Amino acid sequence: MGKTISEKIISEHSGREVKAGDFVVANVDVTAVQDGTGPLTIQEIQKIGLEKCINPERTILFIDHAAPSPRKELSNAHKILREFSKKTGAILSDVGEGVCHQRLVEDYVNPGEILIGADSHTCTSGALGAFATGMGSTDVGIAIALGKTWLRVPDTYKIQVTGTFNDGVYPKDLILHLIGLIGADGATYKALEFTGETISNMAMSDRFTLSNMAVEAGAKAGLIASDEITKEYLFSRGRGDKFREIYPDDDAVYERVIEIDVTRLEPTVSCPHTVDNTKLAAQLGNIKVDQVFIGSCTNGRIEDLRIAADILKDKKVHSDVRLLVIPASRDVFLQATVEGIVEILVKAGASIMTPGCGPCVGVHAGILGDGEVCIATQNRNFQGRMGNTNGEIYLSSPATAAASALEGYITDPRKVICSIADQRTYPFEKYI
Amino acid sequence: MIKQGKAWKFGDYISTDHIAPGRLFHLRTNLPELAKHVLEDADPEFASKMNVGDFVVAGNNFGLGSSREHAPQVLKIAGVNAVLAKSFARIFFRNAINIGLLAITCDTDRINQGDELELDLSLGIIKNITQETEIIMTPLPDVMIKILNDGGLAKHIEKYGDFQLV
Repeated sequence: MGKTISEKIISEHSGREVKAGDFVVANVDVTAVQDGTGPLTIQEIQKIGLEKCINPERTILFIDHAAPSPRKELSNAHKILREFSKKTGAILSDVGEGVCHQRLVEDYVNPGEILIGADSHTCTSGALGAFATGMGSTDVGIAIALGKTWLRVPDTYKIQVTGTFNDGVYPKDLILHLIGLIGADGATYKALEFTGETISNMAMSDRFTLSNMAVEAGAKAGLIASDEITKEYLFSRGRGDKFREIYPDDDAVYERVIEIDVTRLEPTVSCPHTVDNTKLAAQLGNIKVDQVFIGSCTNGRIEDLRIAADILKDKKVHSDVRLLVIPASRDVFLQATVEGIVEILVKAGASIMTPGCGPCVGVHAGILGDGEVCIATQNRNFQGRMGNTNGEIYLSSPATAAASALEGYITDPRKVICSIADQRTYPFEKYI
Repeated sequence: MIKQGKAWKFGDYISTDHIAPGRLFHLRTNLPELAKHVLEDADPEFASKMNVGDFVVAGNNFGLGSSREHAPQVLKIAGVNAVLAKSFARIFFRNAINIGLLAITCDTDRINQGDELELDLSLGIIKNITQETEIIMTPLPDVMIKILNDGGLAKHIEKYGDFQLV
């Protein structure tokens, strides 16, 4: 019987042939924590006399959630991570280096490996053909110390994607659509495998967006077979030698197959307060926005910033709107500077902030006021997520967010793309 | 093991942001203080109204969202006996068992706010004393029972020096 990607990778790491439903102890290649979960990780392994790091060069401690620190308690939490790094040799990714998931795919995770991270969006690295999943502080702490974890081999949903995205429609719209379709618990305990011609032709940045949000459907992992595009990406990051092909067997067994034709998709928005509460941007009516956030581990890559810059070039953000832009990593920030994107965005009225999680976690850098509305390119819109239970968060693609920043209300980006390009090509009236 | 307490009823999709809000991020290194805010964004008065030994009773997908282990930790520190839900989000469920908080999957529709419950783990049932009914709980996988019996994952590893689960 053939194997899914999860079954292949977990078999290699547990020394036996496994299938969905098996419980195993598996070797872990890469471990990661962040400033919200890392201090507890260290505390837990200290308590049982296991404060050590079996594989320091592949253990990364990220200071990204509250970076730079907005208050002394968090500054002290950061010190705990820096001290652990000095003591054990674990790698520290300090203030300004970027969001953990972006940094993990840029420099640390390779196809065929197992990553466990104390952050739910660890599934992002699944786009490289790695088995990457989020766990809690104790699980990751024990993996840091012993290099192992226990796993239940997940059943897999195959997400078969065909068609070509229409202008103004992006992979973010696809993943929001999928979560709206199956629900925020539609894939709990399952692995998702994204496959099909659309995925084969998709850039790595977009693949990361899909895998990043697998957990928003409850999934344990969001996997994509590695291919030439993966290989090119790894070469561009200076580790082409780490490429290997990881793909499911033709006769792999899937619990469910979901087919999506992206040609039929339209710009999609998750409405408050759950990610699966999706609606079409064009159908939302006049929802005024106070804050727009373009960034995060979901959509803070250079490709995302280019889309925003295309829409905002030589324009001004609406006078009632605050536009916050956060490149997902220092390299993304640098590239955006070199390409003139930073200049375009700043001239449009954006605040560009330190690479990191920004306002997505509700700690700092853009907390909402009572009754305020934000449209964000992040992955989560739970009540209180941006620091105020009386704030409302909508999730969208970078294009929808940028268009909304211009117009001052949630806007189908085809309306703006239309005015930039050719009215005849983009007859936006038909959509609104 | 038999545990008795009162039911506090919550709905579907109670997220880790409801349980341990991100705006209280600075309290994550001070769990007893964070526990005073447990479930604050779902019910601001819950922490002051509940008694040690009570049960949190919820609908589907309890604990969705972040991987923060602080969420089950603050429920446990506040003295919640167990969380009963129709379903749990994966990471919360795993974290709860790892730290020794009972997370029990069962049909919670027949439990009302304020009902007196008695949990009998050896029989695998929840007695609703108020309503004089019994609810069968979904059994935990063996791996998780071993972790719970050892007092959580850290204690398991402390005991054996390695995983002795499968």
